[in-house]
Amino acid sequence: MSERLSRQPGEVIDRAASLTFDWNGRTFPAYVGDTIASALAACGVRVFSRSFKYHRPRGLLTASYLDPGCMVQVGDEPNVRGAHRLVESGMDVRSQDTWPSLALDVKAANELARRALPPGFYYKTFMSPGRLWPAYERVLERFAHGGVLGSGPASAGREVRYDKRHAHPDVLVAGGGPAGMAAAVAAAQAGSSVLLVEEEHELGGHLRWGDPLDLAALRELREQVDATPAIEVLTDSVVLGRYDGNLVSVVQRGLPDIDERLVKARAKTLVVASGLIERPYVFAGNDVPGVMLSTAVRRLVNLYAVRPGERAVVLTANAEGDAAAADLERVGVEVVRVDARQGGDIVSVHGRSRVRSVELGDGRTLGCDLVVTATGWTAAVSLLTMAGDVPRYDPRAARFRPDPSLRSPDVLATGGVVGDGTLDELVAHADAVGREAARRAASAPAGPLPELATRAHPELVRGRTHGIVDFSEDVSSKDLFAAVAEGYDSAELAKRYTTATMGPVQGKLETVNVVAIVAEATGRTIAETGTTTWRPPYAPVTLGALAGREREPVRRSPLQSWHERQGAVPLVAGAWIRPEHYGDPAGEARNVREGVGVIDVTPIGKLDLRGPDVTRLLNLVYVNKWSKLEVGRVRYGVMCGEDGVVIDDGVTARLGDEHFLMTTTSTGEAAVWTWLESWLQTEHPEWQLHVTPVTTSYASMNVAGPRSRELLALVVDDVAVESEAFPYMHVRTGRVAGVDGCVLMRIGFTGELSFELHVPAGYGLHVWQTLLERGRDLGVRPFGVEAQRILRLEKGHLIVGQDTDGLTGAYGAGLDGLVRLDKGDAAGLPELRWQHETRDGTRLVGLQTTQESLVPVEGSQLVDHDGLICGRVTSSRLSPALGRSVCLGQVEARFAEPGTRVTVRLLDGGTTTAVVTEHLAQVDPEGRRLRG
Amino acid sequence: MILLPCPWCGLRDSEEFGYVGEPRGRPNPLTTTTEQWRDYLYLRRNAAGWTTERWYHRMGCRRYLLVERDTTTNVVRPAGQVAPEPEP
Repeated sequence: MSERLSRQPGEVIDRAASLTFDWNGRTFPAYVGDTIASALAACGVRVFSRSFKYHRPRGLLTASYLDPGCMVQVGDEPNVRGAHRLVESGMDVRSQDTWPSLALDVKAANELARRALPPGFYYKTFMSPGRLWPAYERVLERFAHGGVLGSGPASAGREVRYDKRHAHPDVLVAGGGPAGMAAAVAAAQAGSSVLLVEEEHELGGHLRWGDPLDLAALRELREQVDATPAIEVLTDSVVLGRYDGNLVSVVQRGLPDIDERLVKARAKTLVVASGLIERPYVFAGNDVPGVMLSTAVRRLVNLYAVRPGERAVVLTANAEGDAAAADLERVGVEVVRVDARQGGDIVSVHGRSRVRSVELGDGRTLGCDLVVTATGWTAAVSLLTMAGDVPRYDPRAARFRPDPSLRSPDVLATGGVVGDGTLDELVAHADAVGREAARRAASAPAGPLPELATRAHPELVRGRTHGIVDFSEDVSSKDLFAAVAEGYDSAELAKRYTTATMGPVQGKLETVNVVAIVAEATGRTIAETGTTTWRPPYAPVTLGALAGREREPVRRSPLQSWHERQGAVPLVAGAWIRPEHYGDPAGEARNVREGVGVIDVTPIGKLDLRGPDVTRLLNLVYVNKWSKLEVGRVRYGVMCGEDGVVIDDGVTARLGDEHFLMTTTSTGEAAVWTWLESWLQTEHPEWQLHVTPVTTSYASMNVAGPRSRELLALVVDDVAVESEAFPYMHVRTGRVAGVDGCVLMRIGFTGELSFELHVPAGYGLHVWQTLLERGRDLGVRPFGVEAQRILRLEKGHLIVGQDTDGLTGAYGAGLDGLVRLDKGDAAGLPELRWQHETRDGTRLVGLQTTQESLVPVEGSQLVDHDGLICGRVTSSRLSPALGRSVCLGQVEARFAEPGTRVTVRLLDGGTTTAVVTEHLAQVDPEGRRLRG
Repeated sequence: MILLPCPWCGLRDSEEFGYVGEPRGRPNPLTTTTEQWRDYLYLRRNAAGWTTERWYHRMGCRRYLLVERDTTTNVVRPAGQVAPEPEP
């Protein structure tokens, strides 16, 4: 049955462009410009969803974005606002959360159990015993509301894309009704750049569904906006929140290639022209399909040429209600007016899936299929309250109104949110506010703002029966009375207890009704009860839009493409992508122990330090002494914070009298740089030195293994590599594979004789390939991070952040031999002193499992004889050199003596025994291989 | 969200900065007591009102800078331009 009317003057549908779409598997016609809801309503569909708790049939209430009865599933996209989303050809639209069908929903049995589902039912019933919660959850989730999310972003061939944009308008106008448009034009004409944001698909606000005079005014205002190039219009876009410094977040929808875009606008002035939201009236049966607000009727008739019913009863307390009645009569609907201003009232509506009749306050019962209410307005103050505004209740106008006294001066308001007036009065006010917004954007001192008076309006919230207050959450006025009776007698408490205002509409329709009913139930006034707090986001936004596109930076060494060509398995380490291994980590490790290997260690942090005061800085930030480090020497150092906790480690080489190269952990470079700068800039600005990060200036590689010296000798010509000429912990500069300006350090993280080469990054690949070619006869092979981890663990070298945590002090990390307490000032020195005195906390030890082949996973707990946790395994691997497992662990000091046996808890619930080893190093504890 | 006046780069979004906090006098590590040092490490004034704060312009000039901020309103001004208000 078609409810489509003949052409209406303000209609937004294109009758020349018809299409079809599916609703619950059946095909329906529509016009381009229809929303999903308007197209279905034009085909006579009255029921769009089932309610949240009782699964009562629900129809259209507001016929706008806010409509709580019209959330639908579109393809794999859940919770689509059906009265806002424009219908598209071939769209697959389904009702949500109904089973087996919208018409016959078994969960409507909830309603029979209504008395058993009082407010707080879930809290009271499913609280205990706690161990049963998983079972409760499985049952309850079937009753939860909402649609079904697609299995992935590319499901159903649809790629979801999100985007982010930064904007810097002088003036941002929230709301594109007549006041918003006029304010935007005035601000732009006064020299401001303006961003005008409108939730609907077109500018115009309530003028769009108005009479011919409204439509003429609308055309004129739109022409002015179009003729003003300084205004950028965003339609189908909503301001989500206002933050400090007038940062305004906007979600932009309906873009051709992007699902949602988050606009972060730094506005000099924000003008809020958010208008009024019509309030539902509370009475028995107020949620039966066919009961709707006057603005819904006006939208359906005037924008979409849809007849919402045949016989209507209109309860009106204002001009909008009168206009809705007139609209209905004009299109041939039989209308009975009930004037609330004359004491008229609705007692209850009868019907289940559609309105059958209505009982009026004067005792009459009228048969009808449409009940329209126009009983008042809520000012959309959310954005203003986010700027400090505390709205006050105006009993004469029967609504909360903004109060600018506490509001930030860079936020102004105009239009219906402020007051009432004729269209000319609203536009004049907006014009003055727009000009003032431009002045303030140009940093002029705040000037005066015009007033906008309100019209008297009767205070109408609830009739003489109980009905639904929150349509999203199925909360009735009776539930709110019950909550107050149980002691939840403030609006904030009653809201949380009943979940009123906490559904998808987030209180925009119902907050004032909740406040008014709590006021009624407690015998207080609405003003005394006060309103609840508004927080961002004002409208729903997808997490995808908030996250935006993935823009995580990735750092790659100049050798990474080579690694990938060799089939290296990638490892994400901090910001770096590195080769974890080339297929055989154990074999790679063995090759280093027996011959020679090369590893790309470019991610090692490198800081170039120059100046006469470098050693003072090193003494300050490292726990050991640096004053006597000679030119040509390298020293290992550990940094602690002021709390004595280990934060980083690495070696630093003295290249010249006043020139040092510091290395840090791969992920610690930025933090160490910041740490050094904090000392230099805030504590010792008098020191003369510069810190320059050079991590990516060099490609770094480690040549490791007993034959590494032989290999190095093949590629250097001006550096002597013999043991006496280039001893352990020394540094040289020179030419490698023909490349000048290389730094060579003889150090040994792997525990083998090894040389770390830092070569100018552009020549990195050349040096790397030369090493592999020249070393072929020596059996050189590349090794990855995993082989390096095995090797260093065999040698007992710790990794900061793995073998230490946020509480591990220098002594806890087993660095007793390194710390010097007698060197003057140092970061964390007092804490190091106290650590030395008390020796409490855990200690880093080597561990050997008695079942030799058993490798407990990293993080396994260590327990004492009483089963109490006394430590954990921090690193564990199967050692190719020893043919058994090797571990490091943190254990309480009383278990740290070599030979102590501790119990290791295994993942499978079993246990094993581990013995604390003599040294951290289980391969070559004497360091002969290193120093050879 | 707030804008901070960097003396080198101008008014910039606080997301570019790292927050350090109110500068605290560092006790002499050679003579300090446990109590003094732990106060320095862990106790903050947490004032409601004007505070002097150190920030690090980590995504800009990499300089540490001082600003004054009213913690109740998030109004920020460059440090040292207004005489400090007497402690109540």
